[in-house]
Amino acid sequence: MTNLLEAPVDERPTRNWGQTWTKVASSSALTSFLAIVVALLIGAILIAAADSGVQQAGHYLFARPGDFFSALGKSIGGAYSALFEGAIFNSRQLFMPLTKTIAYSVPLIFAGLALGMGFRAGLFNIGAQGQIILGATLCGYLGFGVNLPGGLHLIVCLLGAFIGGALWGFIPGILKAKTGANEVIVTIMLNSVAVFLLGWLLTLKAFQIPGSSNPVSPKMNPTARFPHIIGNIDLGFLLALLAAVAVWWMMERSTLGFRIRAVGENPDAGRTAGMNVAMSYVWVMIIGGGLAGLAATSQLLSDPSQQLNINVAATLGFDAITVALLGRSKPLGTIFAGLLFGGLRAGGYIMQAKTGTPIDIILVLQSVIVLLIAAPPLVRAIFRLPDPERQRQAHVRAMNRALKKQSAGKPPTPPEGELAEEVDLPESKEVSS
Amino acid sequence: MKLELRQVTKKFGDFVANDSIDLVVEEGQIHALLGENGAGKSTLMNVLYGLYAADGGEILLDDVPVHFSGPGDAMAAGIGMVHQHFMLVPVFTVAENVVLGTEPTGPLGLLNVQQARGIVQEISDKFGFDVDPDALVGDLPVGVQQRVEIIKALSRHAKILILDEPTAVLIPQETDELMEIMRQLKASGTSIVFITHKLREVQEVADTITVIRHGKVIGSALPTASQSDLASMMVGRDVDLGVRSRNSTDGGVVLEVNNLDLADEEGRILLDDVSFTVAAGEVLAVAGVQGNGQTELAETLIGLRKPTGGEILLHHYSSLQPDDASDQGDQQVTTTENLTGKSVKKVLSSGVGFVPEDRGKDGVVHGFSIAENLVLDQVDSAQFSRGGSLKMKSIASNAARLVEEYDVRAGSANATLGTLSGGNQQKVVVARELSRDLSLFIASQPTRGVDIGSIDFIHSRIIQARDNGTAVLIVSTELNEVSSLADRVAVMYNGKFVGIVPPDTQRHVLGLMMAGVSHEEALAQAGRGTTSEDTQAGAAS
Repeated sequence: MTNLLEAPVDERPTRNWGQTWTKVASSSALTSFLAIVVALLIGAILIAAADSGVQQAGHYLFARPGDFFSALGKSIGGAYSALFEGAIFNSRQLFMPLTKTIAYSVPLIFAGLALGMGFRAGLFNIGAQGQIILGATLCGYLGFGVNLPGGLHLIVCLLGAFIGGALWGFIPGILKAKTGANEVIVTIMLNSVAVFLLGWLLTLKAFQIPGSSNPVSPKMNPTARFPHIIGNIDLGFLLALLAAVAVWWMMERSTLGFRIRAVGENPDAGRTAGMNVAMSYVWVMIIGGGLAGLAATSQLLSDPSQQLNINVAATLGFDAITVALLGRSKPLGTIFAGLLFGGLRAGGYIMQAKTGTPIDIILVLQSVIVLLIAAPPLVRAIFRLPDPERQRQAHVRAMNRALKKQSAGKPPTPPEGELAEEVDLPESKEVSS
Repeated sequence: MKLELRQVTKKFGDFVANDSIDLVVEEGQIHALLGENGAGKSTLMNVLYGLYAADGGEILLDDVPVHFSGPGDAMAAGIGMVHQHFMLVPVFTVAENVVLGTEPTGPLGLLNVQQARGIVQEISDKFGFDVDPDALVGDLPVGVQQRVEIIKALSRHAKILILDEPTAVLIPQETDELMEIMRQLKASGTSIVFITHKLREVQEVADTITVIRHGKVIGSALPTASQSDLASMMVGRDVDLGVRSRNSTDGGVVLEVNNLDLADEEGRILLDDVSFTVAAGEVLAVAGVQGNGQTELAETLIGLRKPTGGEILLHHYSSLQPDDASDQGDQQVTTTENLTGKSVKKVLSSGVGFVPEDRGKDGVVHGFSIAENLVLDQVDSAQFSRGGSLKMKSIASNAARLVEEYDVRAGSANATLGTLSGGNQQKVVVARELSRDLSLFIASQPTRGVDIGSIDFIHSRIIQARDNGTAVLIVSTELNEVSSLADRVAVMYNGKFVGIVPPDTQRHVLGLMMAGVSHEEALAQAGRGTTSEDTQAGAAS
């Protein structure tokens, strides 16, 4: 019976970064939620500390504590309500800010899906940045340099973004498959290569506005742009949702996803079961790279003012790591995490404008969230939550008892199985001869 | 030093791991704690070592009650423990590892390497450990690493040494060396608590045996007690692996291996000119001391390793008609597949089932559900997928059927595999492999780390597959298993087949063959009787 307790779950030391991240990325939803709560609390403290009103009231805290606390409430309440108004709803624009949030979330969702997929395959692909840049390069060139009818042009640009990213994912994938090169190092290096490659391309006449020598591309042709749906929401958001469904289907319902997950959890078992471990790494990197490349489309095809420049990817590739972690590498989680980060960004600008709270607070919030998700015991300690491993063992014990009862009901000579050992034996027996 | 545990109880939640355990270890005695995996032996020792706080009872050293709040206290009191998984730093030398935590330091806090080496040298010489203080621990064989652990404990003046499943990681020769070390330590007055579930070792080295089952002391015994008595105390019923019915039919050859060679990357020979056949409806068991190429043989046959020479052929037969059953011969061979160097996927899909030796590492995915594990190597088959899309219903019904048929004890087929016991995990692997239409079934250590009840079940399934006409190749280091299942026994030594003998071959003849002695010579030696007793004792391991 007690054998059940010996089930060696997660007791093997994690063998590489990929597995570590797989583990981190699969922490519980509750942890994610609590991490956000804690981050908002810490943010509140920082907002108050940075507020001049609070600082002044602090000088005569003991004389008139009321002043201090009202200043405190005013600064925190003001900042967070500005954040809310900028991200979701305000009386003047109604739900217009929410559409802004959604627009900001699109590239994060695409890239977050890409990285989450990699995490589940046991690959720590941190090359989303480079993959986005390559996707943007190809997408952008096709967007301004080619004349095609509407619709077709958009599809060509989307394909270009996907292929650009996929190519940049394929390189570390094939290197890992053929030579065992560590994907973390290769993707970091390729991020830099991508930046300099784009930088060089932007010095070429073909990539510049005619008559100008600035390293900025012309604007995209209108035929290449996403049709707008409502407010700031355009077709890109629908595509991101579609990509999430596709990724879910691929991971949970296709043989490829089955292999990817199996290899991510236990490459040795995958190999023994006849899976081509190396090829599943390559496929993950190609598909993941392509998805990351699609993140570039909302940087180029959403707004008429967008151009291809060296900052086209901003910090999307790195924010996406956070999004994937917060979303626990699952498509639905990634959508919510992307929306949250999109909201923080949309609201952050308004918060800075209205209350003077530095937008860096948003970075703090994001960082604290990641920190807490990476250290689930910390969150558990703060909220005095039970250890899931202990809960699991309790569950196993409960199951044991149930099984025991079940077997006790059977006739005294049951068939094989460890339960059989329980039956009719003297409790103690002395053997010596 | 005399150690006494009185009524020690340890609970995890409402699970009682140790229930009022009494244990007395006299000075200079080797006291074996015998019990199956999960019986509570390790928990008890962790309580003694201060890693767990007991919920009840007391510990006495030389009749004085003591209380340990951590391993440091236990060590200071003269208790040393060698864990199953060593606590060594691979990139440090032996001397550095031994003094780690109690480093002798010179002026300016510099490590006194000379003194550290002296400590190692002294203990090593005293007990004949033959350990080089300057060797890097990572370069040493497992058996020597274990000695380093023992030296570490002795250098902290351990009077009582706890060895937690010390032989689990050792090859038989190393086991014998360890036994010798244990005897020497005993002679020098050290008490040893020897945790194990291997009967032979207990009988060989222990002075007293205490059997623990389900957290309780079941009884004590002397090493002269018979193996079957000890085993029945351990598992709570008479364990008789017995002898299964032998096969009666003469099937055609299914697996034909000709002159198979395998070398590793450094050019060491792992398989040397191995040739054999396995017929339909026959179990060929490959016996041998672990590390003589059996594992590699199984892995080569399944395609995990590419042979450097020779060929692996798989013959497929058309279903036998009643009228031509009498003249079995070449005309029934419908197809022959050459599996040499083919991918695992190809080999599996040719009708070969494989149970890997290391279940946790190679056989299952712990985070997957039982249902997913049951199709792990078959997701691409038409039964479970179409056009790259999984057939979820088919996977679920397959799981429901196999869980029932193979008596996998679990809450549901969607339970995570990692929550199952070792025996039930193995049943999942065996169910997965045997549920297909197989011509050849290869199982490496099919019942390693599995409880007795499940062993019985798995064995009966293997025999059932054999009786259905599957050719079966078993690799096992358990002679009991070999003699229970096999129709023929192949003995491997140093990458070669020493010989293929009938399953009722005497145990010490098999033992001699495992040491590389040919069958004829082994028979002759066995016939001469006592003259070769020493060789036999060494080889029978």
